[in-house]
Amino acid sequence: MNKHVIVIGGGVAGLEVAGQLSNMGIEVSLIEKEPKTGGHLNKWYKLFPDRRNSSEVQSYLARIVHNNRIKLLTNTTIEKFKKGRGHFYVTTNNGEVLNADAVIVATGFDLFKSARKEEYGYGIYDNVITSADLEEKFQKGDIILKNGAVPETIGIIHCVGSRDEKVGNFYCSKLCCVTAVKQAIEIREFLPDSKVFCFYMDMRMGGAFYEELYREAQEKWGVSFIRGKVSEASETIDNKLTIKVEDTLAGRPLKMKLDMLVLMAGMEMSEGGVRVAGIGGLKTGENRFFAAVDNHTGSNRSNIEGIFYAGTCTAPMNITETISHARAAVVEVIDYLKDGK
Amino acid sequence: MASNKNKFGFDISLGRQINYDANNRNIAEYLFDKEPSMRRCIECGGCSATCTTAGFTTFSLRELMILIKRGETDEVYMNLKKCMLCGKCTLVCPRGVNTRNIIVLAKKAFQKSDEYAI
Repeated sequence: MNKHVIVIGGGVAGLEVAGQLSNMGIEVSLIEKEPKTGGHLNKWYKLFPDRRNSSEVQSYLARIVHNNRIKLLTNTTIEKFKKGRGHFYVTTNNGEVLNADAVIVATGFDLFKSARKEEYGYGIYDNVITSADLEEKFQKGDIILKNGAVPETIGIIHCVGSRDEKVGNFYCSKLCCVTAVKQAIEIREFLPDSKVFCFYMDMRMGGAFYEELYREAQEKWGVSFIRGKVSEASETIDNKLTIKVEDTLAGRPLKMKLDMLVLMAGMEMSEGGVRVAGIGGLKTGENRFFAAVDNHTGSNRSNIEGIFYAGTCTAPMNITETISHARAAVVEVIDYLKDGK
Repeated sequence: MASNKNKFGFDISLGRQINYDANNRNIAEYLFDKEPSMRRCIECGGCSATCTTAGFTTFSLRELMILIKRGETDEVYMNLKKCMLCGKCTLVCPRGVNTRNIIVLAKKAFQKSDEYAI
């Protein structure tokens, strides 16, 4: 099949799509805004639910680019977009005009900017960090406070920027609960003398082996789970943090002093995705993610024929789901291209 | 009851069970109607966590809303007056429930004793 497909975004979904299409003999141009492909995964230490090293999946994705004849355009963004007679003309920031038969949008997600929840003090207090910051600490192998001391009590706040009308995100990001459980275990592994507390509204352990991980966190690692939305955090004079929460199951307000607070930042439509939606005339939903034409039977199809979606640019997804969604996008594209459109 | 105790030397405990069928949920209906955002509550307790009153008394807005919905209104009535109407709970609520207005309306509902009798 002598066809050319442009893939926008070089994260998990974009790389998987590009690799599969290239395997089928389709010419692929992969556009990535960063200098390097791999997306958010590059910053992650281990993956739930089995806590394998994220580098294993990273190298799987790296091999895709290495083994296939993919035209990789890094440090590249899209400036202009035109559709005419079944062809797409995409102008990049480098002034190059690419001509393709179909386009796959795989612009992924951005992590919620936790500083927007001012009441938790991210960017204000010394020892309030996000889940992504913690992964970085795991990678370096030292979980320390800003003053170099080792934290003894660590609080994890679920639903930061998810299920929160105050920041305009009604939806559940669905991966943060299990990330919290995973990170709680990892903190206990790194710091066997530490105490970890998770503050949750609901524990959403819907994925395969998530519940087992939750059970392990309780049973093996002694992680405490307290049901209540933390209303605020403040810094004390001795450089610790106090939080206010209602222990809803005890039915009483609770305060607690902690050395470190980890915010489980949710997932949002990426800024890059918003740009692409604007340039391409693509529909987005109430949650600001790309809106597919059919949530059940056409979650890869956009409102424009010949443009398809792959991965978390449509909704929060884990890596397994992202890869599946990407492969489904490949089927849609092949189906579209074979009709000679 | 007290007379029974004198007579027989024992007492009957009042049931702790919420008698859902017997309870009157008129106040909940009134509040759902006047402040529909109340339906969105997920009992996270953010309101009670930030509440100044809750720190010093048994007042808990989260618990109060549940009791209203179950028709356990006696307890609600006793607690309503503790609220100082500062509105911090409304600032915190992740579901955008107009919590302050619920208190104001609940007070009104209790005043209309004919229609919303406890």
